[in-house]
Amino acid sequence: MARTPRELAGARPDPAFEITLDGRPVTALPGQSVAAALWAAGILSWRTTREGGRPRGAFCGIGQCYECLAVINGVPNRRACLVPAGAGDAVTTQEGHGHAGLGV
Amino acid sequence: MGMRDLASESAGFDNAPAGCGGDGAGPVGDVGNGAQVVPGRPDRLGSAAEAQSDPSGAEVRPADGDEPYDLAVVGAGPAGLAGAVTGAELGLRVALLDLSDRIGGQFYRQPAAALRATHPERLHHDWEAFADLRRRLEASGVAHLAGHHVWTVERVEGGAEWAVHAVTGADGGEERPVRVRARAVLLATGAYERQLPFPGWTLPGVVGAGGAQAMLKGGLVLPGKRVVVAGSGPLLLAVASSLAEAGAEVPAVIEASGYLGYARRPRALAANPHKLAEAVTHGAVLLRHRVALRTRSAVTEVHGAERVEAVTVARLDEQWRPLPGTGRRIACDALAVGHGLIPGIELATTLGCATRRTPDGARALVLDARQETSVRGLWAAGEPGGIGGAQLARTEGELAARAVAARLGRNPGPGGRVRQLKSRRTRLRTFAEAMATTHAPGPGWTGWLSDDTEVCRCEEVSAGRVREAVQDYGARDARTVKLLTRAGMGWCQGRTCGAAVSCLSGDPEPPSERRPFTTPVPLGVLAALPPTPPLPETHRG
Ligand SMILES: Cc1cc2nc3c(=O)[nH]c(=O)nc-3n(C[C@H](O)[C@H](O)[C@H](O)COP(=O)(O)OP(=O)(O)OC[C@H]3O[C@@H](n4cnc5c(N)ncnc54)[C@H](O)[C@@H]3O)c2cc1C
Ligand code: FES
Repeated sequence: MARTPRELAGARPDPAFEITLDGRPVTALPGQSVAAALWAAGILSWRTTREGGRPRGAFCGIGQCYECLAVINGVPNRRACLVPAGAGDAVTTQEGHGHAGLGV
Repeated sequence: MGMRDLASESAGFDNAPAGCGGDGAGPVGDVGNGAQVVPGRPDRLGSAAEAQSDPSGAEVRPADGDEPYDLAVVGAGPAGLAGAVTGAELGLRVALLDLSDRIGGQFYRQPAAALRATHPERLHHDWEAFADLRRRLEASGVAHLAGHHVWTVERVEGGAEWAVHAVTGADGGEERPVRVRARAVLLATGAYERQLPFPGWTLPGVVGAGGAQAMLKGGLVLPGKRVVVAGSGPLLLAVASSLAEAGAEVPAVIEASGYLGYARRPRALAANPHKLAEAVTHGAVLLRHRVALRTRSAVTEVHGAERVEAVTVARLDEQWRPLPGTGRRIACDALAVGHGLIPGIELATTLGCATRRTPDGARALVLDARQETSVRGLWAAGEPGGIGGAQLARTEGELAARAVAARLGRNPGPGGRVRQLKSRRTRLRTFAEAMATTHAPGPGWTGWLSDDTEVCRCEEVSAGRVREAVQDYGARDARTVKLLTRAGMGWCQGRTCGAAVSCLSGDPEPPSERRPFTTPVPLGVLAALPPTPPLPETHRG
């Protein structure tokens, strides 16, 4: 009986590639969102809250809750559950609001 | 009823319910909200100038000229797909917009194309129905606009047409605004999960039940190795069986209600044997994986330092009040939780569409027999009209497309088909209402909150602060609590905490689901828009 999601779905993706979280290498499969790649590596948080500095990661999985915000290749406030991982992407933990410059 | 009747009935639409917009605010009702909920791409804000050459963005037009589309469908889930392919098959020129890069919506969410799943159907029930819709879509001339986040719909051309505004890119951050003009709009935007807070629910490893399902179906990943599934509603069974099939150990499904509610409505069940079959399928999978089902229970606390290590499960009374002394710990490394679904209706309420209160205290759109909202020319199908699942969504999507065809003077197809769809809809809606009643959150859930439980995750507002606003400052409704505490004013615009805040405020009204923008819009896009005249009130023909 299939025992991993990949086996269950019979996934045959192209070779995996690497992204980094705060400089640490993480393996991602083509097609996976940044959040999915991080989950696959057992990483569940990549943001700290503005007030309490508490760790957060993906929650709703469908782009509605904004808990999964990350800095991706220098751009803050990206929803990691929606953004596909790309080879060499540098993901950094988003600390605080990352709202600088928005002016709203 | 024949096709002619359908057409004339559509024309007789003027009897639609009055009182559109419920709470009476204008299109941008909630100024408090709009002021700050626009996370975007600060680095790109400078590019507004580019957009200024065409202020409201590039216009997407049908291949055969500059006429507007006949029908713009927002959402490519079961409802939107059925609507789009039916419309195209009836000769309408259709644009289908979805924020996702793949069709399917929640129920038919597929692994990303590059994952090259050879057996995507194993993550699904009823794959055949989807395969059929996909084939028909490919054969149709529907313009599928993937990666399009619709943030507002407005009436243009003196009310004769709609402009559907979208931002593009995986998370809408590409800042390439797009506008699609159409003579009719079908909103098939689905639902999102209702969440009720409990101590520890912000710990990494606590994820939405539907969220876990979406991440599994889309990215082939699990949040942990040993996952407790908890909350309320039939989705929990589907989620638990998928997680177990995909290799997670699921020690238990914790359901706050019972299933007796269905037994009390035998007619709803008897008329919907496939629903029973669905439950039996999930039941068999759960049994095979030795998943325990605990009803009238809830996770009342999550334990762990950096991430989930265990949960406490307590028994509940009929009102969902935790019974003292019944707490029991279950070790796990993730918790997938959700308390039912809430219709995604913001695009419609912003236009003033009338809403109704559902048996489980949410808001859904008021729709007429042909799926039209109280705003003429604006249709809805699937979850926005009340949570009902994929089969109902497909039925309504097709019905809506036929009604649109009739309105635009086309042949809506055989009357027999319309009658069949209508009776199917009635049957499925009856079941859906029974389901909503059965799993409606009981008022006693607030009994498991501690003062420091976070209620609003975005603004980090605790239950204690909400209670203070109510008890010490006399707030009587969610809006006042929001103004006093900022609960619901963060990034997600209150989608996650809205139900909880309105309950804690003692607000008899469900949250209004009126948000100025349904998706964050980069400032550049907003700055480039021409000033919009106030939207006309409800159009009644
Ligand atoms: C997270 C989640 C997971 C679920 N998983 C299951 C499941 O596994 N099994 C099950 O039986 N039911 C599941 N459901 C219930 C689901 O609502 C129904 O099964 C069914 O998918 C409803 O069909 P629909 O067409 O009405 O909506 P959906 O299938 O939700 O489709 C709506 C579509 O609209 C798109 N959309 C929404 N807003 C916008 C916008 N502003 N701009 C552009 N596109 C937009 C979405 O991307 C989505 O593709 C889930 C619900 C949720 C919220
Ligand atoms: S997990 Fe909710 S927005 Fe990404």
